[in-house]
Amino acid sequence: MWEHLQIELYKVFKRPRTYLSFAAITALIGVIQLGLWVDGKEYADFVMADFASSFSVDGKILNGYFICYVILQLLLVHVPLLIALIAADMISGEANMGTLRLLMTKPQSRTSIVLAKFLASSIYTVLLLIWIAIMGLLLSMLIFGTDDLFLMKSSYVVIVKESDVFWRYAGAFCFAALAMITVAALGFLLSFFAENSIGPIVATMSVIIVSTILSTMNIPLFNLIKPYLFTTHMITWKEFFDFKVNDANEAIIGSIQNPQKIVQSAGILFIHIFLFVGTAIALFRKKDILS
Amino acid sequence: MQQIVKVSGLTKQFGSFTAVNQLSFSVDQGDVYGFLGQNGAGKSTTIRMLLTLITPSEGNIELFGLPLHSHRKEILQQVGAVIEKPDVYKYLSAYENLKLFARLSGIKTTRALLMNQLEQVGLAERAHDIVKTFSQGMKQRLGIGIALVHNPQIIVLDEPTNGLDPQGIADIRNLILFLSREQKKTVIVSSHLLNEIEQIATRILIIDKGKKLVEGSASALINEEQAILEMEVSNRESAHQILAASEWRNQLLPEREGKLLVKIKRSEIPAFNRMLASNGVDIYSLASRNNLEDYFLQVTAGKQYVGTFTN
Repeated sequence: MWEHLQIELYKVFKRPRTYLSFAAITALIGVIQLGLWVDGKEYADFVMADFASSFSVDGKILNGYFICYVILQLLLVHVPLLIALIAADMISGEANMGTLRLLMTKPQSRTSIVLAKFLASSIYTVLLLIWIAIMGLLLSMLIFGTDDLFLMKSSYVVIVKESDVFWRYAGAFCFAALAMITVAALGFLLSFFAENSIGPIVATMSVIIVSTILSTMNIPLFNLIKPYLFTTHMITWKEFFDFKVNDANEAIIGSIQNPQKIVQSAGILFIHIFLFVGTAIALFRKKDILS
Repeated sequence: MQQIVKVSGLTKQFGSFTAVNQLSFSVDQGDVYGFLGQNGAGKSTTIRMLLTLITPSEGNIELFGLPLHSHRKEILQQVGAVIEKPDVYKYLSAYENLKLFARLSGIKTTRALLMNQLEQVGLAERAHDIVKTFSQGMKQRLGIGIALVHNPQIIVLDEPTNGLDPQGIADIRNLILFLSREQKKTVIVSSHLLNEIEQIATRILIIDKGKKLVEGSASALINEEQAILEMEVSNRESAHQILAASEWRNQLLPEREGKLLVKIKRSEIPAFNRMLASNGVDIYSLASRNNLEDYFLQVTAGKQYVGTFTN
């Protein structure tokens, strides 16, 4: 299994396509950072327009933590496509190249082959998230400096103390990685049904788009299924930035307002991963390799 | 000779279509087993079932005396295969491909071992070039290198000469003979190039529409004493009537391209010729054949000689 995982990782990171995602992330984050570096003040004024009359803000709103939050909100919508590029290609790409049949004549169990491939796509996903963290958080901290994190929610404002922010990002990135591994598992499952990569990549994105629409529309019929859609839980990383307050309405450092929601969402994402990968294994064990 | 592959009652259905139908055969250790059939006869489906790529609908496959379905891993450690096109990872070099598949075959790889294998298939000089730049023949040689790198006892080659030039075909033929004679490997090879199979196979299986037509030793199938006589005559109808009344009436085969075909002993050919001439049939051409291609066309088109030949 370990041997096979090493081989799968070797194949993934030998393909030029793999580095397209890292290049795309670098370019996207670079553009956002450049835009905020050049016109950041106008952006901050625009963001604060509704609060300018009632708030007096000291310090830098446009700091590295704030920039990273903006980047995460924007990127996590697009990252599934970059994940699908690799995960949805894991089986269909091999079938398309004709290497699947050669691979399957080797003395490896089919379950081990599927698990090694899924783990390789999960590791790729985690590395992509780490790269987003390096570019979006660390580089932004370096360029824009650090200060308290100022966030506008739908009906209230959250100010997270500078000393209380970093660990929340660590948690948010870990949760985002779990959400993206769920996307990888979906793409991976869909890659069993085709012999070219385009179909599963488009199918993965279609499922995510439709599920996201269902997750966000406030219609009673859809509300029944919302709790079971993985897209509903993909944005739970934001919960890391809501904290408890004491009787004096002061933030309790190191607290999370609704940790149960994070645990519940993580559980549902894990169930989805288990279902997607389990179905993939069950299908692959019986699949006739005709390519 | 020890029986190394035993297939019994093998059937594969894709929906209502039966690709392989109650197929049984066996391969002895050291055989070069030629697997013949027209396109769509079920050769590739059978070979894929032997390699566990396709699950049989019915029947049993045993290799080395072990059931394939329950001993897949240990059996496949002793099997090397090239299935149709030699598809490998085009973005990796020959060396990297070989190393990767050698590790998947469960052997410890060393640079010397891998380079030696590439040397054997004539790719040592291009070892570190990306496969994308290789010709079809080079890819085929790399595929064979991958099939042999873990020193398997059985080598399965499905259409190994596809897309190769005459030199490439000759190289594959020589390699198969080397593996069989020098290294005592068992080779199962399917090909539509019958003259190639004729030159290398010790035993032959012919299938059609998923069913076995003939299985036997190559020497028994291609009987030097027996010939197929192909004749172009002045009046085919009259010739037919004369033959129907002759001692060769049961040896008349279906016509091919306007020529009469008769299965006949070589020693009888002069008498046969005289009989036709004395009955007023002009013979424009007369050719005696006894090669595998003729035999194959007979059994797959006419199917008069279905059965199992003796060794």
